[in-house]
Amino acid sequence: MPTAPAGTLYRGREGMWSWVAHRVTGVLIFFFLLVHVLDTALVRVSPEAYNAAIGTYQTPIMGLGEAGLVAAIVFHAFNGIRILLVDFWAKGPRYQKTMLWVVVGLFVVTMAGFLPRHLINVFTGGH
Amino acid sequence: MAHGTAAVAKVPSPRSPYARRKTTRGNYELYSWVFMRASGVVLLVLIFGHLFVNLMIGEGVHAIDFAFVGGKWSNPMWQVWDLLMLWLAMIHGTNGVRTIINDYAAKDVTRGILKGLLFLAFTVVVVLGTLVIFTFDACPPDAPAELLASFCTA
Repeated sequence: MPTAPAGTLYRGREGMWSWVAHRVTGVLIFFFLLVHVLDTALVRVSPEAYNAAIGTYQTPIMGLGEAGLVAAIVFHAFNGIRILLVDFWAKGPRYQKTMLWVVVGLFVVTMAGFLPRHLINVFTGGH
Repeated sequence: MAHGTAAVAKVPSPRSPYARRKTTRGNYELYSWVFMRASGVVLLVLIFGHLFVNLMIGEGVHAIDFAFVGGKWSNPMWQVWDLLMLWLAMIHGTNGVRTIINDYAAKDVTRGILKGLLFLAFTVVVVLGTLVIFTFDACPPDAPAELLASFCTA
């Protein structure tokens, strides 16, 4: 397989950057998923083991990580719908840029609904 | 050489007649492409529902403990929900990472090792997660009652 010459950069616009963001968020979500199944599997060890593991998810730093994780999931989900529309809707390719800004708008609205509630739970909640 | 009355020569067929050769590669990449789109739509519903119930309702992440999981998995609907989510998300994610490895790992050996690790992780996580969902006991007999769902002592 030939290697690409060094020092070239394809400066794609909305199409390329949404593709990059889709890959980056997808990989992040995948690695979290591996860890998340393992921590949930501790319910088969003992209630104490599971509660100790999930307790580390309830700290402020992990709370911010959860906010980042949800942001990655929300972008990946909405941009995934945009990809479906580009592939299956006849006018999808023509409106792909517009649809990215719709994705960004829906992302902002969804996060505006989620973040305040989650951050209040993280920083003022607890047992 | 050229005579107007030359008989039409009977040329024997120079090769065997055209036959479409069956490709040995199959339509794997097509099915993978379709699967990413179909599973993506289902996962959007499953994961948004999962996040809403676990992070938005009540105390959010602070409400999650062993008793919370016990309460959810005593309902077959959540068992099916989580099993479907586990399998679809793991296949979707593994297939996505497989695509990324194919794109960036140029050497055959590197690609082989990375994909080997990926499929190992896939198998371990899917088998473990499936066993956990099906063998979970919400009320383990030797556990302190205050750590369990209320229906264990009722």
